[in-house]
Amino acid sequence: MSASAATVLSASTDLRFRYAVHLGDTSLILAQRLGEWVGHAPALEEDLALANIALDLLGQARYLLSYAGEIEGKGRTEDDLAFLRDPSDFTNLALVEQPNVDFGHTIVRQFLIDAWQLELFECLQGSSEPRLAELAAKALKETRYHYRFSSGWMVRLGDGTEESHKRVQDGLDSLWKFTSEFFAPGAVDEEAAAAGLGPDPASLRAAWAANVEQVLTEATLKKPADVSYRWFGKRNQHSEHLSHLLAEMQFMQRTYPGVQW
Amino acid sequence: MYTQGLDSLGADCLHQATDAVTLEQRFQSKVDEDERIEPKDWMPDAYRQTLIRQISQHAHSEIVGMLPEGNWITRAPSLRRKAVLIAKVQDEGGHGMYLYSAAETLGISRDELLEQLLAGTAKYSSIFNYPTPTWADVGAIGWLVDGAAIMNQIPICRCSYGPYARAMVRICKEESFHQRQGFEIMMTLARGTPEQHRMAQDALNRWWWPSIMMFGPNDATSKHTAQSMRWKIKRFSNDELRQKFIDITVPQAEFLGLKVPDPDLRWDEATQHYIHGPIDWKEFEEVLKGNGPCNRERLETRRRAHDDGRWVREAALAHAEKQRARETQAA
Repeated sequence: MSASAATVLSASTDLRFRYAVHLGDTSLILAQRLGEWVGHAPALEEDLALANIALDLLGQARYLLSYAGEIEGKGRTEDDLAFLRDPSDFTNLALVEQPNVDFGHTIVRQFLIDAWQLELFECLQGSSEPRLAELAAKALKETRYHYRFSSGWMVRLGDGTEESHKRVQDGLDSLWKFTSEFFAPGAVDEEAAAAGLGPDPASLRAAWAANVEQVLTEATLKKPADVSYRWFGKRNQHSEHLSHLLAEMQFMQRTYPGVQW
Repeated sequence: MYTQGLDSLGADCLHQATDAVTLEQRFQSKVDEDERIEPKDWMPDAYRQTLIRQISQHAHSEIVGMLPEGNWITRAPSLRRKAVLIAKVQDEGGHGMYLYSAAETLGISRDELLEQLLAGTAKYSSIFNYPTPTWADVGAIGWLVDGAAIMNQIPICRCSYGPYARAMVRICKEESFHQRQGFEIMMTLARGTPEQHRMAQDALNRWWWPSIMMFGPNDATSKHTAQSMRWKIKRFSNDELRQKFIDITVPQAEFLGLKVPDPDLRWDEATQHYIHGPIDWKEFEEVLKGNGPCNRERLETRRRAHDDGRWVREAALAHAEKQRARETQAA
């Protein structure tokens, strides 16, 4: 990614808006999922940790959606964007909308996305858009902690008991297909890369895969075979879960339109 | 958040320390001189048992107290409110953690205490057996329940037992932040649309009486206050604290333009206090006995989280064991 004057100019307001929304939606929807755990985690320490991660992600989402609203210039706030868009307008990665299922699935989902966000934020620090670069620098520090937490649990669960191994392997097997989206072309992140706003999604793959493989080996887990799966949240193609999640998240704003809380 | 029945001293543990008269005298004079009792100091067994019961009830209340407000995390009406609420519920978990640690200094493990909670043999504050059907309940809990908790807990910052007193200093700071947040939610609602105002009034109607019952039974019927006061575990009586809470909270309700649901409530010039109507102690007893609106749900939710998390805790132990074995082999 380069930040020459020409690439800055090529990043239209519309593209900056859509890219920030894509990144913001991913953080927001994952925060929403993690919020479901608060008060219900396997131990008090994990409860606090999941809440911490949810708070970091929510902070990222608020920053990105506020920024998106600002550059859009139509007066939409972070709340308008979070609560008043329909499922088909969301462009989060489909992985993050997948349900918690159990602590094993939750950890797998977190680990896969943390490993991706590590590479994403590392590169995004060089964005031609200073506001995104600034966000990336802060989010990278947070993500390092998230990754320590989730990779630590991957190893503990994978190399724990027979049951934990099976559960986390099941989680990995069912969620793996969603990782191809991280690196796939043909969506807003590829356009953003061309304009110098963010990294080329495909370029994140090698480092991501190396990290993931190393942790899976340590966790005695088997890397699932790559499958051709082509329904991508970033292209507005979501699983059935997103509309349920949004129905709950957006309930108050939809029920009482135009009200301040 | 808060524990009720601060004075619930088991009768069986009183006066077991008679063979240690000198130790006990020394202990009491330390307490009388406002010195702190620390974990390694000698203490009467009844004092230890009272503290274990009180601190663990308080810890359990924090943990169970995460549930009624946690009920609104996924539906908080703005992203800012969602962030504040997650942080608040997380603080409660943190309070539970400090308090379990404080209880552990008295020679009991967190696991044992949790078992008592899940078995239904330990108490937690009855207030958390009430439901949070609307967003305004989150505001009302912050304003009233945390407000009442602060009233109860500030004196505990000067409790004779060091670890409890120190935990309470930090907890009180966070609680007062929660209380302000709750009041701010109520103010936004009370000054909002007619629907929001009604939501706020309904929540006040639901939480007022349970909040003032949080201070425990009337002094006349409270059995163990005297001993706890002598030990400086407790410094004010239930009724004194309740009165203080009402005197502070009624003007706040007026400021919000909300009506306290007590037709007998009036200001008394002579005593410079509010006089409140009769408290429905029958309701209090029923909820205490397990017949409140959510007693069953709250415990079931805690049990489910504990049971569903068993395999995770087992995995962590098994992994740690494997690691140790590998290290030993390598050495």
